[in-house]
Amino acid sequence: MATRTEGDLSSVLTAGGVRRSFGAAVVLDGVDLTIAPGEVVALLGGSGSGKSTLLRILAGLDPDAAGTVHRPPHQAVVFQEHRLLPWKRVIDNVALGLTGPDVRARARAALAEVGLPDRDSAWPAELSGGQAQRVAVARALVREPELLLLDEPFGALDALTRLRMQQLFIRLRAQHGFAALLVTHDVDEALLLADRTLVLEGGRLVEDAPVPLTHPRTPDDPGFGALRRRLLDRLGVAA
Amino acid sequence: MTAAPRTAAPAAVRAPSVDAVTPAPGRSARPCRGRRVLRLVSPVVLLAAWEAAARTGLLPPEKLPAPSEVLRTGWRLAADGTLVVHLLESLQRAAIGLAVGGGLALLLGAVAGLLRIGDDLVDPPVQMARMLPHLGLVPLLIIWVGIGEELKITLVALGSFFPIYFNTYAGIRDIDERLVEAARTCGLGQLARLWHVVLPGALPSLFLGLRLAIGAAWLSLVVGEQVNAQTGIGFLMMEAREFAQTDVVLLGLLVYALLGLLSDLLLRIAERRTLSWRRGLKAT
Repeated sequence: MATRTEGDLSSVLTAGGVRRSFGAAVVLDGVDLTIAPGEVVALLGGSGSGKSTLLRILAGLDPDAAGTVHRPPHQAVVFQEHRLLPWKRVIDNVALGLTGPDVRARARAALAEVGLPDRDSAWPAELSGGQAQRVAVARALVREPELLLLDEPFGALDALTRLRMQQLFIRLRAQHGFAALLVTHDVDEALLLADRTLVLEGGRLVEDAPVPLTHPRTPDDPGFGALRRRLLDRLGVAA
Repeated sequence: MTAAPRTAAPAAVRAPSVDAVTPAPGRSARPCRGRRVLRLVSPVVLLAAWEAAARTGLLPPEKLPAPSEVLRTGWRLAADGTLVVHLLESLQRAAIGLAVGGGLALLLGAVAGLLRIGDDLVDPPVQMARMLPHLGLVPLLIIWVGIGEELKITLVALGSFFPIYFNTYAGIRDIDERLVEAARTCGLGQLARLWHVVLPGALPSLFLGLRLAIGAAWLSLVVGEQVNAQTGIGFLMMEAREFAQTDVVLLGLLVYALLGLLSDLLLRIAERRTLSWRRGLKAT
């Protein structure tokens, strides 16, 4: 699979003809995808539709996939589980793999941005699920990515924490202007956060629609319901 | 779907399996003071009964001398330097054997744990050799390396090899693949992943292997030093047996036991310091 890293003005990520099969099962059957700088794209799909497989390929974690992916020089991934190293303190987890001057100061600043300025010396095991996920966001953010890949990042959190994390995401995105690919199964979340929604089905992208709502958004906005129904319909759920 | 199938499995296995085999640090049900005193009663009574039986002549001194007699002998041998000389000799054999066997085990265990080709080439013969009781190899080893120092060191090395090999291998294999992946997305190269993820992740297993290996090393030493030794605690005991000095034989046993106890204690302290992040794990 061809992989290239380059700066392109019109897109931060371009993927073409991405295919992946596990044995006889074809999970991705030719996916083409472009993400513009600063654009938040939600990737929806039913269980087993290949959303996470696609994200892993875009993240460069799947050497067995076919197709081409052009990545930005800096990208970061937030997974559904926080995936913090349990043997490193929070600050060292955030600073993992960072190079250059003031690594610790930058890590501390990122922790402050996600609302955890005083937990830098805690062990990951001492954090709640929401706090751990905030640290994972800080670990991604500190890399100053042009593109953030998020694999159901708030899916394992309780409803209230999830709402707070969504607000945090909106705030951070407004401040940093990164582009993001958000894999989610939550239609509301997609409509709250994304500029564009994609639906993956049968290994192909079957829907690519902008979200023409102004920020700040709430589920009571006019137009939200119609978009929601349309997406749910596309996902095969009678609304 | 959530994660690709091959990455999902190993995660759940990790923590509990390690916790289950490492006792002590956070043992929550520590007996309260009254119970601790109670648990001292039977050993003290046994010791007192032994002392009394020996002093009244109920136990013939050539079979089992009084504990006070053993301690007095220990004091005498310590004072004239005999005990120290033999103790150092035994310690040196244990250290060299452990370094040779443990070092080799660490290397082969890492090769088998990290590389598929290593796993295919190294693991099968080690698995087969594991079935041999290494203390039963003494006759063969005498033919191969003679009855000198080489025999003792080879026995210790063999005894400590297997626990360290298997725990290194298992420690590496049990590492959560998802953490390695996360480290990759943070831009860590292969060496950095080894240092930041694999090594600390395998460390609890390595400590367990080392503790088991030290136990096996003492056991191997006890057996090895009974074959034609000129020095060492085992020699002290064998020589004492010839002169029917039962108190020295008992003293040798006591020293072996204390060596085992002390090494385990030291290692546990080192473990607790190094793995302090796991205390946080238990606090939640």
